[in-house]
Amino acid sequence: MINETSNNSQLQNFPLGVGGFLDGGFSLFSSLVNILGTSTKNTEKLNALQHYFSTASDKDKVWVIAIFSGRRPKRIINSTILQQWCVELIDLPLWLFEESYHTVGDLAETIALLLPPKPPTPKGESQSGLTLSHYLEEFIRLEKAEEPIKKDFIITTWMQLSQEERFVFNKLITGGFRIGVSQKMMVNALAKTTKIEASTIAHLISGNWQPANINFADLLNPNMVSKDDSKPYPFYLAYALEDDPQNFGNITEWQAEWKWDGIRGQIIKRNGELYVWSRGEELMTDKFPEYLILKTLLPDGTVMDGEILPMQDLQPLPFSLLQTRIGRKTITKKQLQEAPIGFFAYDLLEYNTTDIRTKPLQERRLLLENIINSTLAGNQLLANTIQLSPTIQATSWDELITLRQGSRDMGSEGLMLKRKSSPYQVGRKVGDWWKWKMEPMVIDAVLIYAQKGHGRRSNLYTDYTFAVKDGDRLVTFTKAYSGLTDKEFNEIDAFVKANSLEKFGPVRTVKPELVFEIAFEGIAASARHKSGVALRFPRMNRWRKDKKVDEINTLEDLKNMLRIYGNKKDGK
Amino acid sequence: MDKVLDIKNSSVLENSPLGVGGVSAALLTYTDKGLYCQQGGFYIDPWGAVDKAIITHAHSDHARWGSNHYLCHHLTKPLLQLRLGNNNYQSTTWGEPVYINGVKISLHPAGHIIGSSQIRIEYNGEIWVVSGDYKTENDGLSGAFEAVKCHTFITESTFGLPIYKWQPQAIIYQQIQQWILENQANNTSSVLIAYSLGKAQRVIEAAATITNNIYVHGAIWNTHETLLNTGIHLPTVKKVTPETTKAELKNAVIIAPPSADGTPWMKKFQPYKVGVCSGWMQVRGNARRRNVDAGFSLSDHADWPGLLQAIKATQAERVLVTHGFQAVLSRYLTETGIEAYEINTPLMPPTPKGEEE
Ligand SMILES: [Zn+2]
Ligand SMILES: [Zn+2]
Repeated sequence: MINETSNNSQLQNFPLGVGGFLDGGFSLFSSLVNILGTSTKNTEKLNALQHYFSTASDKDKVWVIAIFSGRRPKRIINSTILQQWCVELIDLPLWLFEESYHTVGDLAETIALLLPPKPPTPKGESQSGLTLSHYLEEFIRLEKAEEPIKKDFIITTWMQLSQEERFVFNKLITGGFRIGVSQKMMVNALAKTTKIEASTIAHLISGNWQPANINFADLLNPNMVSKDDSKPYPFYLAYALEDDPQNFGNITEWQAEWKWDGIRGQIIKRNGELYVWSRGEELMTDKFPEYLILKTLLPDGTVMDGEILPMQDLQPLPFSLLQTRIGRKTITKKQLQEAPIGFFAYDLLEYNTTDIRTKPLQERRLLLENIINSTLAGNQLLANTIQLSPTIQATSWDELITLRQGSRDMGSEGLMLKRKSSPYQVGRKVGDWWKWKMEPMVIDAVLIYAQKGHGRRSNLYTDYTFAVKDGDRLVTFTKAYSGLTDKEFNEIDAFVKANSLEKFGPVRTVKPELVFEIAFEGIAASARHKSGVALRFPRMNRWRKDKKVDEINTLEDLKNMLRIYGNKKDGK
Repeated sequence: MDKVLDIKNSSVLENSPLGVGGVSAALLTYTDKGLYCQQGGFYIDPWGAVDKAIITHAHSDHARWGSNHYLCHHLTKPLLQLRLGNNNYQSTTWGEPVYINGVKISLHPAGHIIGSSQIRIEYNGEIWVVSGDYKTENDGLSGAFEAVKCHTFITESTFGLPIYKWQPQAIIYQQIQQWILENQANNTSSVLIAYSLGKAQRVIEAAATITNNIYVHGAIWNTHETLLNTGIHLPTVKKVTPETTKAELKNAVIIAPPSADGTPWMKKFQPYKVGVCSGWMQVRGNARRRNVDAGFSLSDHADWPGLLQAIKATQAERVLVTHGFQAVLSRYLTETGIEAYEINTPLMPPTPKGEEE
């Protein structure tokens, strides 16, 4: 495959393997995490990352790229056992540990705060082994080890580290490294330190690589891309369109498609092999045997971008069906029948082994249609699975606005608008691609259970369960955590504390008084929920201080919505 | 497991002093106006207007307006005058007994803020000590906490969880200094948020070793002046006034109370960073929720090891826990063989604006 975006002059400027001093190790990483976690300004975070990438060892840098792009080693121990080891070490009753955890709200931090202080390092003893890569490679090495060996490693490490470092180390174990940094920001910092273009870096660090087996120079060497057949392209992401596309100019310059509610995916066929990637950069080839036939049918050197979604007879099915498939290690015949998965292709990134992302969309679309039509020709089995995502024909914006109203009938969430002349860019970029979703569905409900949040909200009641009316009863139907301002959360927190009726573990039953408008994107029947419905992306749209409990919606209203918008098929 | 004294129930109040059997005559009971000594006819840190009030320290959740007579430490008196105006104040020094209706009262250093005192009361050989707020580390300003032997110790528990373990003051001061220097290197002013009485004076001391360009909020200025007049040595600071120019404030250290954080008053310090000095900063979530640039775990209260150490040192037969994590600390003490009770004080009115600890 030829990479049109790579450029030889960049190669010469890049000091491969030169940069990076070896000291600093784990403490350098932990102060990076600290800045990223506490800073409120993006420029500061970017500077901290750049500083890290220009001072850390090459080995540690590879691991930082891995972690911040979701390639953490498998978890070697579960939270319960980790907590147990800490309790043994600190000689405190378990209930006191739990009280502490309840107040802190984060296990990694609770343990870091409770452990006894680090003993002084004996004079003359070096601390140089304490690097990020050392610890993470130990995680890999110990993955299948006996518990006592893991315990020994973890306790020894705790005793080598300061409180701040222990917190970071524990975070590496427990996961949930949701510190304030996006992959995009990391890529930008790398671009600045290495002088390689950001889009190239995004491509280089995508796909299938093992941080333990690659060095920094190879990972960021633009010539290495061609050696990995499985490597996906970074996805181009659309921004949400808030208003109508009044000032978008002539509608003929735009391509409109339905917006599907599935998983964004890339299907790659190179050198006789097939690879399926999700937008989360997970290799999912084995999850979708439906696509396997493409291995023989697609020409080599083809990469398609599209939507992985459950469908039957080319009709999209609820997203929940897809979830039943993703979670499984092995797929049974029954699941294949109950939750058939298809692919709506909407873009072509590689054609005839050539990266065509810089060509305009309309050219790529023609090539895509070409491939799909010639591949599908006469193959009835495949025709039920792989389809071109149709474009929508409209001669005016008004006509398109009307067509958009029918989105839900199509099983779609709204429209995508793509400029016909647009190249396929990297990441989220404003201007050429827009998602134009339908207004969310809303329902008024009352808050009846509350639980403390995590991380930033660890001491506040911010996780709520909502109910609708069913005669005299209240029936819970959804949870929601987001959508309110900090001020509103504080206000609700105070209300919860003053109006708790009962306590079940961490959950408080709250006097049913606060009414919220819950917005959601989809609704499906569900046997798991008391209400019989499951919502997609529920969130608190606004606090209806003007409404009383007896004015909320009813279970009947929810069921009506299900009848109108829900799909018949159940996502049990 | 935990024993809770139900002090909401007034019938319990009348016939059951805080003693739950064993002890003959309780010296203190909780009433709707706070902690009361029947034998002496006085209150300690009452929540409302009473005849005789003994005040542990000048924080607003302990020193309230409206009583006829106040007894406090010499160094607390001018602070009460500043905060409550002119009243009938009697002051005393640490360790010197005062008698009220035959009850022997003495004040002992609590190490919390300047003038803060524990109250020891003795009657018929029975000794009770009320800790007020305290910390066991000597901060160099407030006097060193003194462990006073007693039968019953009423302890605070603001930071009564094992996650609260403070670093030595010298290390926190270094962190604050380091942060100021970094800000200066970036041409940024440093706004430090600290309670105006207690924390602010410590933060001023920490900052004064590296800069003499320290500005303070009016509330802190008033406290500062009062303390200087009392004869306390404190570094020189300047007051932020409407006349203070942006140029003067460039790269400066500004000390402000929590109530000023995020108000338009801070506008002219720009560009600045905000650092909060409080024991609550020990937990990341708190620092992040307040959206601060830096959190320094500097507290005027005892940490977990400090509480345990102080309680043991009193050799008290019985410990009553209030003001914070009373359920946790009393349960832990009970499990470790110290007779302890949780005192819930639902009648206590909230602290104004949550200003002080
Ligand atoms: Zn207090
Ligand atoms: Zn106080």
